Amino acid sequence: MFEVLFETVQDGEELYLAWLLNGLGWTVALALAGWCVAFVLGVLVGCGRTSSNRAIALAARLYVEVFRNIPIIVQMFLWYFVLPELLPPDLGSAMKKMVPPWGAFFPALIALSLYTGARVAEQVKAGIEALPYGQRSAARALGMTELELYRTVLLPQALRIIMPTLTSEVMGIFKNTSVALTIGLLELTAQARQINEFTFKTFQAFGAATILYLLLALSVYAVMHGLEKRLRTPGTEPTITRRRLFPMRKEAAKP
Amino acid sequence: MNHFDFSVIAQAWPFLLDGLVFSLKLTAVGFLGGLVLGIGLALVRHLEVPVASQLASAYVTLIRSVPLIMVLFWFFFLMPLVLMWMTGASRPVQIGPVWTAFVTFTLFEAAYYAEIIRAGFKSMAKGQYGACKALGMSTWQTYRLIILPQVLRVVSPILLTQTIILFQDTSLVYVLSVTDLLGAASKIAQRDGRLVEMYLAVAVIYMVLSSLTSQLVAILKNRYAVPGRR
Repeated sequence: MFEVLFETVQDGEELYLAWLLNGLGWTVALALAGWCVAFVLGVLVGCGRTSSNRAIALAARLYVEVFRNIPIIVQMFLWYFVLPELLPPDLGSAMKKMVPPWGAFFPALIALSLYTGARVAEQVKAGIEALPYGQRSAARALGMTELELYRTVLLPQALRIIMPTLTSEVMGIFKNTSVALTIGLLELTAQARQINEFTFKTFQAFGAATILYLLLALSVYAVMHGLEKRLRTPGTEPTITRRRLFPMRKEAAKP
Repeated sequence: MNHFDFSVIAQAWPFLLDGLVFSLKLTAVGFLGGLVLGIGLALVRHLEVPVASQLASAYVTLIRSVPLIMVLFWFFFLMPLVLMWMTGASRPVQIGPVWTAFVTFTLFEAAYYAEIIRAGFKSMAKGQYGACKALGMSTWQTYRLIILPQVLRVVSPILLTQTIILFQDTSLVYVLSVTDLLGAASKIAQRDGRLVEMYLAVAVIYMVLSSLTSQLVAILKNRYAVPGRR
């Protein structure tokens, strides 16, 4: 069915399959690196959104408003085309001269991390707000500092609550890596398009890439579901609710 | 450095506005078409129509696992072949990137809306279905008069939030070289060598529009919430 993948490329030794797997590698690398940054950022900003300190809460809200409301492709263009012009000339030209694929990888990574981070932050905030306010008061009464309150009381519970929506964010970042092809990163979709351009075997090229995306989504689901089960607080297992492969994209209400 | 000329934005404004109008049209078509198809898909799954239900479920899962850019490419290359087959023409029927965009966004959004609406169906109290049956209503009457009006009201904030995401996603038609807001900006940016000004302008326009509409959705959500629910 996918014969074209086992043909050698036009002027070389490798198989088209190597191109596709190379693209898959960049997709996975970009998504995983982006997720690590986005998760840390999202947790920090999400806590900031619920902070009683007005300045911190406002800064966190601004961050979310900016990075969630600009399309990811525009954000990538900003980091790729605009940032080097705004930096001091020598730094800017150093950015432009970065060897491929790093010259496209880093702007894509920054854009994806900040965008996904903003979305994660809203979910962390929703998770924290789902907890009874009395927990905050109780922690204060026990003499806990703000940091201890978040680290030992609120976050461990909030993160467990939002596991299903986090799963769909992880799936989302895998899908959004494809936008990096617009700034020249040869990830999975770009490689499929390239194979199509070289061989005109549209069905095979895009079909193979589509199957790889499906497998990625399934693996993400399996890993996150396993993690959710392992991290679940004993005694809080849901009784009848059936799990769905794709939790709804639900965003937290704005104040 | 240091020679920004923001007057280029003013000069390019009519062209940008045309692009923005196209983005909004694409959003509107994706919303309306996606909603109609999405309701259909959700109904088929909720009523558990044999075969069709499994097909709908496979379609929704497939579309939701694949990046939008990939779906755009699929339709861009597939539509001409499908149309050739349907019309019996001897060669692929080219429909161009603009029509591809309209068709893709309708079919793509349908999968997302279907999941939202299906969750709405599930949230309805079971007794309502029984009550409709007791009153002698047909399935069509039950859904049209009783269930759908409630479901759409309950899920409308999520539908609207999804539509704001749809509006942002329309910028991805850039990969088909369609002149939407981003496409218009990028054409001028490259012609005049004004990347900084044009891309910053586009970012601000998207941000202001998305931000304002999501505030609006939040206000509507509070004002039109069904009393007694949540």
